[in-house]
Formats: sequence, structure tokens, C-alpha cells
Amino acid sequence: MIRLEPRQERSSALSIAAPVVAAIAALALAAIPLFIAGAPLGAAYAAMFNGALGSQFALAETLTRTTPLIFTGLAVAVAFRARLWNIGAEGQLYVGALAAVVVGTGMIDAPGFVLIPLLFLAGGLAGAALMAVPTGLKLKFSVDEVVTSLLLNFVVLLFVSMMLEGPLKDPMGLGWPQSEAIVDEGTLPVLMARTRVHAGLILALFMAVIVHIVMARTVWGFETRAVGSNPSAARFAGMSTSMVMLRVGLVSGALAGLAGVSEVAGLKGYLTQDLSPGFGYSGIVVAMLAGLHPLGVVVSAFFVAAVFVGADSMSRAVGVPSYIANLTVAVALLAVLVAGVLTRYRIRIQKPGARNV
Amino acid sequence: MSDLFDIITAAAFWSAAIRIATPLIFGTLGELICERAGVLNLGIEGIFTAGAMSGWMTVYLGGDLWTGVLVAALVGAGFGLLHAVLTVPLGLSQHVTGLGITLLATSASYFTYRIAFPNVSSPPRIEPFQPISIPGLSDLPFIGPALFQQTPLTYFAVFLVIVVAYILARTPLGLAIRASGENPAAVDSQGLSVYGLRIGAVMAGSAIMAVGGSFLTLSAFNAFFFEMIAGRGWICIALVVFASWKPGKALLGALLFGAFDALQVRLQQSMGGAIPYQLFLMLPYVLSILALVIMSRRAAYPNALMIPFIKGQRS
Repeated sequence: MIRLEPRQERSSALSIAAPVVAAIAALALAAIPLFIAGAPLGAAYAAMFNGALGSQFALAETLTRTTPLIFTGLAVAVAFRARLWNIGAEGQLYVGALAAVVVGTGMIDAPGFVLIPLLFLAGGLAGAALMAVPTGLKLKFSVDEVVTSLLLNFVVLLFVSMMLEGPLKDPMGLGWPQSEAIVDEGTLPVLMARTRVHAGLILALFMAVIVHIVMARTVWGFETRAVGSNPSAARFAGMSTSMVMLRVGLVSGALAGLAGVSEVAGLKGYLTQDLSPGFGYSGIVVAMLAGLHPLGVVVSAFFVAAVFVGADSMSRAVGVPSYIANLTVAVALLAVLVAGVLTRYRIRIQKPGARNV
Repeated sequence: MSDLFDIITAAAFWSAAIRIATPLIFGTLGELICERAGVLNLGIEGIFTAGAMSGWMTVYLGGDLWTGVLVAALVGAGFGLLHAVLTVPLGLSQHVTGLGITLLATSASYFTYRIAFPNVSSPPRIEPFQPISIPGLSDLPFIGPALFQQTPLTYFAVFLVIVVAYILARTPLGLAIRASGENPAAVDSQGLSVYGLRIGAVMAGSAIMAVGGSFLTLSAFNAFFFEMIAGRGWICIALVVFASWKPGKALLGALLFGAFDALQVRLQQSMGGAIPYQLFLMLPYVLSILALVIMSRRAAYPNALMIPFIKGQRS
């Protein structure tokens, strides 16, 4: 009989080792689908590494991809910490982007240092407003927020499509459903010449630090963690768990909304229906790999971004479908969950017939 | 308004509603079995995708249609086993694991499809299930064409609802499954294995979900498309709550939902572009959320849903 026995103390070395082991395991397991696809393994991994980190340009592409993942990873990490299951970061990202193009395509004539914060403010508010729906339904009617936040992703995507074919459609867009471009004053500056890395990355890193400080050092953060780890104790200590949940929901939605603004104003310039290749869902993986730690999110977002960017190169080099990236990332998520068990429990092998005590 | 009356009194409308409901019947039934045993299965969206892809691929490679359904069921059971092992003996978060299963099953399906067809402009097709008329019944006026000229998997879905309802309500196995979801310690004290029951229920439920996915590629359509599941799995999760975890009500809920969806499509056509079509397409999702809100006050979740069972430990 194999039994799991809780460890008395969680070693911090193990908590850091767990995601690293999971990430390596996921990359190693990617060999199986690569083998099935008939790709030469050495060349495939080399192409992946070079494509993600092998040159200044590759690194810049990875950092560009890291930016939205930090925002959505933070959004998920904050929510999951309070056991609020926000799976709607994808939708919140899109309403954030929508708000940015509403405000930023000529509605307001202002210099950059006014307009850019305004765009992020609008996007954050839009994301928060969207997440207020599942959070409110959870608190008011105890409706499971997983399903509502997931279903809202589909509603939002259809809404975006409706806006892009209707009021927000670019008349110069040659019939494509896309918005007008963000005005120059609202466009985020590029950080490195001849690359696509933009100032959104700075904001993402800044937010990670802020979220870390709030979670680790303030009453807000303490309450969030308390509600997540032991809601009845939190209530007993006089905290209003609903207020904490609502606050967490709004902050989480806002963070995901910022991802949308950053992508539109920093990278794409205008809004299309394929702005995000699932950044909201990847945010779940990023947050879990980070152990829900805000600074860890930066590292895991970089890892997930590298997998995606590297897989694109690998796909071109050895002709493997780029879905290999999604596959690797999904395995990484499951692997980190399993690795987490090993940090919390000891595996004991018991002789058959021995009594449980 | 007379439009609306014309629409819902047409036999073709009800026939379409039942067709749309079929994958949801499978999905809701499968999820219901998992949840009755105490395990939330958010892998459903991915298992639908895997069932749709593997069933279709089997037939495309020369298998017959029922072999396709069987392969889909086995693939579904496989992902179910993975979900169950991670959430039952290891006791991992059912939410996060389920989402992980969805990401894994979806990407594995897309990856496999892309390996088989690296660059196809139009998806390859197969010869799908044809409608079967039930002798005698299908000649009935109105009811005949509405109910009794469906494809075989639809009849199978209804049959499965009856079987599952019977097993859950009337057999010792059903009692044991329900008890694992309500009071696992009691099951354990009877000398039954909670792990075994839960793992078995999740595998069976996942197999049924996957068959629902295969209905889309083997019956409703004749090809596999990316993003074709389009949230049907999540809708099933809402329908389980709506159905109060009862197979009969799950059937009714799925049919009601199918009727609304069929109505939405027809209204969209009869409005002729006066209202943006996206608003109609939103209806199924909005409706699911509303159903959850309406039922939430009465929702009696299985007591031990999402609570891992650890032998010898009181929860």
C-alpha cells in the first residue's frame, strides 16, 4: 500500500524545485509527440532553444510574448490565492483591449503622458467590471464562478466581433473586422530598437512588484491569503469574506484588462478578434507554475513565452505543428500539480495488511 | 409573433432541437456521473474535443462509424483515468487539474490532427451516420418527423439516460456511487473502495462525454474543425446544476437548451440582419449563466463534491 503522509514543514527549497522539475519534465515529455511526428529530436530542441533565446532578436520576441502573460498570470495568481476561480482572464483581456480602442483612437486628444495612463485606466476598469459579474453572482447567489467566468469569455469574444463589424470598425480596414489604430500619443514606446519589445513589459514588471508588496506586506494581502487558506477562520477573525472576495475579483479582472491594453497599445496598434492566442488560459499555467507567487509569475511567464516562441521556430525548422507548445504547457501544468504533492507529502510504502493508524 | 408560432410548430424545428441537444445530453450525463461520485470534471471541454477528433480520425482511417464511437469512448476514459488519478488518490485541486486536462486533451487533439493533415485548405470529410426511421413511429404525423427520424447516436443518448438513471437510483452500484459523493466515509466503512468507485465513475463519465464529442464529427457534421466544441462542455457543467444532478432532468435541460438554440438560429434567419447575428450567438452562453442563477437557490450539490477522501481521516 502506498500512502501519502503530510510533511510537518514545507521546505522552501522544495517549493522552488517543484516548478523547475515540472518545467524540465514537460520539456522532456515533449519528446514523445515530437517522436510521433517523426521529427529529429536534437534538431527540434536546438531550433526551439535558438528560436526562444538564441539571439537578441529571439530574446526580444520572447520578452514581447512574456508581457501579456505576466499580466494574466498575476490576474490568476491573485484570484486563486483567495480561492476565487477566475478562468475568465481571456475575456477580461479583450474588454480591456476594447476599452483601449474606444478611448485611444481619437476620442481624446491629449499628450502621451496623459493618454497612456488613461488607456490603462480604462482597460483596467473594463476588466474589473467584467469580473465583477461572476464575483457578484458568486457572492449574491452562490453561483460557481468557474463556469460563469468561462462562459463570459465566449460572450465577450462575440461582443468584440460585433463591435469590430459595427461601431468600432475601421472604415479604412478593407472590410476586415478590425478597429481603427491607436493614435500615436497613445502608442507605447518600443524599448529596444528594431524589436517589438514595448513599454508594456516595464508596467508588467512594475505590477508584479506592486502585487507582491501588497500580498506580502499589507492588510489587504493578508486578508486575501487568509480568506483563501481558511475562510471560516478569516470570518471568525472579523473579516468580511465577501468584501475581500469582491476586492480580489476586481483587482484580478483589472490586471487581465491591462494585458489587453498592453497588447493593443504596445504591440498590435489596433484590435482584431485574434488579439490573444489564449493568453488568458495560459495565465492559469503561468500562475500555477509560479506557485501563485507574484514575482514567480515573472519567471514562469518568461518560461511559457519561451516555449511558445521557441515552438514557432521549431515548427518552421522541423515541420512539427506549433500546437506542440500548447501541449508542453498543458503537461507543465499537470506536472507542477503533481510536483506540488511531493513538496507537501512524503510517500510512504506500507506493507500490505498493516493497519492505518 | 406569428413567426415564432410558425417556427415552433414545425416538426423540423423539434428535430433540429433534438439534434443540437444530443451532444449536450451525453456531456451532461457524463459530468453528472463524475459529480455524483464527488469529482468535478472540468476536463469535459477537452474530452469533448478529443472524442470528436479521435472518433472522426478512426473513421477517416477506414474504421466503421461504431468503431469510431468506441475509440472516442476509450480516449475519453483514458483522459478520465488521468483526471481521476490526479484528483482522487493524489487529492489535487479538481478545478485546476480539470482545466489542465482540458488544455492537454485539446492541444493533443489539435496536434494529432495537424500531423495527419499539415496543410489542408478544406477539412477532409467522412460519410456520417444517416437518420434511422423507427418503423411505425416515424410515420406518426408531426411526432414522427420530429422525434423518430434521428441518427443512431441520438437514440443511444436517450437509452443511456434511462440506463444511468436506473443504475444510479435502483442498484447497489448506484447507491455506492452516490454515497461516494455524499458521504465517502460511510462507503469506506462498508468495506467498499471510495477510490475505486470515484475513479470508475470519472472514467465512465468521461467516456460518455467523449461519445458526445464524437456525435459532432460522426453525425452532426462530417469533419473535424478547430474550436468546434465552442464551450459546449462548459454549458454541460451549467446544465448539471440546472438538472439538480438527476439524469431525467439532464435530458430535459439539454432538450430545452437545444430548443432555444434552434430557435435562436431560426430567429437569426428571419430577422434578416436587423439585429447583429452575434447577439443571437451569445444567447446559449447567457442562457446557461441565467440557468445557474435561477437554480442556485435550490442547487443541492453532492456533499462531498470537490472534497478529496483520505482514508482514516475525518474531513
